[in-house]
Amino acid sequence: MIASSFAIPDVVTFVVAAALVIFGAIGVITVKNPVHSAISLIGTLIGVAIAFIEQDAQFLAAVQVIVYAGAIVVLFLFVIMFLGVDRREDVSMEPLVHQRSWAAATVALTVASVIALMAKSHWATGAHRVTGNPGSGNTNVAHIGTTIFTTYLYAFEITAGLLIIAVVGAVVLARRSNQIAEENA
Amino acid sequence: MNHLFAIDPLFNGHSTLAIVLIALIRVLVAFGALMGCVTLMIWFERKVISDMQSRIGPNRWGPFGLLQTLADGIKLFFKEDLLPAEADPFTFKLAPYLALIPALITFSLVPVGGSVTLAHHTFFLQVADTPIGILLLLAMSGISVYGVILAGWSSGSKYPLMSSVRASAQMISYEAALGMSIVTVVLASGSLSTHDIVVAQGGSLWRWNLIHLGFVPFVIFLIAITAELNRPPFDVVEAESELVGGFHTEYSSLRFALFFLAEFMNTITMSAIMVTLFFGGPAGPIPNIPHLRWVFPILYFLGKTTLFCFAYVWFRAALPRFRYDQLMDLGWRYLIPISLAWMLLVAGFMVSPAWGFALAAAGLAGALLLTRAFDLGRERSEGDEAILPTVGRRPLPGYVLRQMTDGKGDA
Repeated sequence: MIASSFAIPDVVTFVVAAALVIFGAIGVITVKNPVHSAISLIGTLIGVAIAFIEQDAQFLAAVQVIVYAGAIVVLFLFVIMFLGVDRREDVSMEPLVHQRSWAAATVALTVASVIALMAKSHWATGAHRVTGNPGSGNTNVAHIGTTIFTTYLYAFEITAGLLIIAVVGAVVLARRSNQIAEENA
Repeated sequence: MNHLFAIDPLFNGHSTLAIVLIALIRVLVAFGALMGCVTLMIWFERKVISDMQSRIGPNRWGPFGLLQTLADGIKLFFKEDLLPAEADPFTFKLAPYLALIPALITFSLVPVGGSVTLAHHTFFLQVADTPIGILLLLAMSGISVYGVILAGWSSGSKYPLMSSVRASAQMISYEAALGMSIVTVVLASGSLSTHDIVVAQGGSLWRWNLIHLGFVPFVIFLIAITAELNRPPFDVVEAESELVGGFHTEYSSLRFALFFLAEFMNTITMSAIMVTLFFGGPAGPIPNIPHLRWVFPILYFLGKTTLFCFAYVWFRAALPRFRYDQLMDLGWRYLIPISLAWMLLVAGFMVSPAWGFALAAAGLAGALLLTRAFDLGRERSEGDEAILPTVGRRPLPGYVLRQMTDGKGDA
């Protein structure tokens, strides 16, 4: 059924990407060592990037790798190595009471709603080229650029403002350490 | 499956055996040529540096010592492969490949020559002309950071760990400036594809992005990419005087060779990328000689790339290493603001001169504001109240130090 509606290379790409995403994601939460978790996370992110390319969203794929795999996970690793938590940790203790059961319930709910959406609407069915054929990569980028700076201009600018606020807030918080140390002394 | 190869004329029609073969040959030739160039580059670097330092350099193996790299390679191949007791085996083995593979993939972006017709198939002399084009460079330089970081961490040794902490901070800092200077190039050529970037620079010398964009993006790109490569003078990651050998201190044999290979491969690739982005790639005057017209672009490309390879070696011989704080200052306080302002300037002049001058004025005002802010920040840190109170007694007792460095397990 799948093979009749999709070309074989597409199916192969999808299966590879999906396997990367799923095994990476399982690795992130099952592996004991935080650095190994981060490596699994890179695998997941690259899998998602491959899936983006498969959907003709090359620009998103590139940004996915540059921003998430190339910068954010590097920061994770930086923090892990700096704080020296890069060792096997005892995770049997629950800092929040019953957090595991709550987490399991939330995951079940999310998966159920995704399945429900897949049954009802078209966007989760893996339909090919949902946004229409963008042709070459240039129109891909041009398309995203035009959309961001016309239809979603306010949303885009507000997001930019939020990011600036977050950065300034982080700097302010980091600079306060002096004051706190005095109070403690 | 035309997703990745939407532009190359080779992939316009149906896939036939001939097309697959041509694509395969292209990959193999690029791989072989790159490997050959790496051996030559290692010899070239050693020879040029020894000339600059009034030494003789490698001269035993082959004419002018040309086979020295081969001898070194054979030696490394047969050396014992050590796995330190404290190492994390999986990551330790993975890291060299994370360094090597991005270096290989990045080279596929570079247009080496014009187009060639073979057996009625016209194709570009370039492994892959992808629609994301130059973004692949940023993506791969993002991935190659992991080679350094994970190698340093997984060695289970202190100096490599420091090296990898430095590497992660340094490479993230310079990626922003790098990206911004690439954006100016993309603005000028209106395309991400490296082929289109080269085509946009064709015609005359004045169309080269070096001149067309006003030198500044090129200088920023050169500095940022040198920092991304951890080449001197930005090689704080492997500063021998402070960190023994840096992230690859614990590596030996073939795994060390892979790091070495990746570093030189990156040097060549980034020289080639610079030629592509700012010096018109294979562009140049082509004399009208029948059947040989396709050779000249390749020669121009090789010539320009060799110049940059030489420049890298020259940097290494001439410039002292940056201190770590100087490196961070340069990246965050100068390169990122300048590249941001220049990007706005280029965009403004592309719309209209009035906008260009307005944005130039805005850039100047912003620069003044930033300088003032930096001054204020510097004065602030000099006050008495800025000195943090000491933690505990000094010098710290031995067991505290051991706790801080070895983790809580050994307390």
